[in-house]
Amino acid sequence: MRSEPRASISLKVAAFVGLVFLHAPLALIVLYAFTTEEKSFQFPPPGYTTRWFSAAWFDRPDIWPPLWLSLKVALLATLIALVLGTLAAAALWRARFFGKDSISLLFILPIALPGIITGIALRSAFDIMNVPFSTWTIVLGHATFCIVVVYNNALARFRRLSGNMIEASMDLGADGFQTFRHVVLPQIGSALLAGGMLAFALSFDEVIVTTFTAGQQSTLPIWMLNELIRPRQRPVTNVVAIIVIAVTFLPILAAYYLTREGEHTGGSGK
Amino acid sequence: MSSSSIPAPIHSSVSDFFYRNSRLLTLLFIVPPLIWIGIVYVGSLFALLLQSFYSLDEFSGLVVHELTLATYGHLFESSNMVIVLRTTVMATIVTIASSIVSFPIAYYAARYAKGGWKALFYLAVMMPLWSSYLVKVYAWKLILAKEGIITWVAEKLHLGFVLETLLSVPVIGGSSLSFSYIGTFLVFVYIWLPYMILPTQAALERVPGSLIEASADLGATPGQSLRTVILPLALPGVIAGSIFTFSLTLGDYIIPQIIGNSRPFIGSTVYALQGTAGDIPLAAAFTVVPIVIMGIYLVIARRLGAFDAL
Repeated sequence: MRSEPRASISLKVAAFVGLVFLHAPLALIVLYAFTTEEKSFQFPPPGYTTRWFSAAWFDRPDIWPPLWLSLKVALLATLIALVLGTLAAAALWRARFFGKDSISLLFILPIALPGIITGIALRSAFDIMNVPFSTWTIVLGHATFCIVVVYNNALARFRRLSGNMIEASMDLGADGFQTFRHVVLPQIGSALLAGGMLAFALSFDEVIVTTFTAGQQSTLPIWMLNELIRPRQRPVTNVVAIIVIAVTFLPILAAYYLTREGEHTGGSGK
Repeated sequence: MSSSSIPAPIHSSVSDFFYRNSRLLTLLFIVPPLIWIGIVYVGSLFALLLQSFYSLDEFSGLVVHELTLATYGHLFESSNMVIVLRTTVMATIVTIASSIVSFPIAYYAARYAKGGWKALFYLAVMMPLWSSYLVKVYAWKLILAKEGIITWVAEKLHLGFVLETLLSVPVIGGSSLSFSYIGTFLVFVYIWLPYMILPTQAALERVPGSLIEASADLGATPGQSLRTVILPLALPGVIAGSIFTFSLTLGDYIIPQIIGNSRPFIGSTVYALQGTAGDIPLAAAFTVVPIVIMGIYLVIARRLGAFDAL
């Protein structure tokens, strides 16, 4: 009797090829950041240089404002999403009530519908109500789909949370706030943090909704879109791309470890 | 409690109140997010829907605020239906292709990867998912360019003629990969692939290993186990993933703009209509198409249990 199942060669190859398909393009981004050729995408690059990194840092002041704006928007959208997403998840987990299924459907609508619909719908609503475009209109758009990410993460954790522990806490004399503070929060905290980080990464990277709600401002993805359509120092775009990859990698890593710890949530053992 | 001589702290009496009226607490929880999603978001969707019943005056180019079905009549003209059809076909093919490509990865990760490998697999899927969408589209511009890596590899392998033949196929071909439907298709599959892998993997992880062993013990070949045990159980996950791949392809307007033969998709049409053309009513009518398609899709998906796999 075998103790460990073994994968067949064809499965291994298919999985491996799939992963290469997922990663080779990102590797090329890195490679092309060092190319000396800035007009075309010649492969292999005719020569290698590191000057684009210093060019991005010193010669391109147009990178910084979009970067700050993106960080600001992502932070605000994440905070709103954390509050509203958690509340929604808590309500839908706690109770059975009329229309619960429709509401749960409603909460995944912003990611189930194509981003362009969210974008144009918000834009026409802003037009109708004469809301001028600002940082807040961007935040509003982003928060709408960030809520979904937090909601999904929180709901998944709530479902593993045992109702008995809350009752036990109440029986032992804790009031609702104490129960929340000492029993519920420690158990859902890491899921919220993970959801928040994913929401942050999602917002930081969003371009489709943003083009409709940004007005004249540009976030980093919009800056990048402009560079794609009207390239100027193509390798600098690669340098910025590398920075974006590096910045989003850390939250993902953290989110992963946070939710993995959650597998051993107390009181869920059955 | 009521008989105690020391008055209870205010927060505990609030908490008692809500404990006794737990439905009220639920209501209090649900109202703020519901206002946001239900009123701000869905309200905007309705505003958009309303616009689709207005029409554009062809002479003045201004929106006429009178309810009419004229714009929908316009939508069903053959030139517009071709766009809808092209987008739907692309979304379908992309969804099928990504479910095929993602299955082995998801299956391997769910069943065979252990410990550190599993973490690595998960990250290997998450990395491209969360790394910038535009960065990835840009990467494919590099790959598919005429002077890019694919042409180079094909020539090194003396397979340049295969590429030539592929590109000379009518409809899907073009002057180079980055100006053809093949290019658009490849990029769509690539970009949405992680959205398919993760729910599929989640569903596969819930398939008990003992079930597959039992199937094998009862004489099923690996192929039979796959078809009759694993696939049906993984289906909700695949469908959950397909919600993303299908919906995202339906609405995307950036990929066809950057990679492809510049024939319009729903997304790029909507973008052009609301921007340069200023024809908001027709743009709104166009967005109703994916809403209707996704509405039907979601109802079916929920029937098939896909929401539990999200």
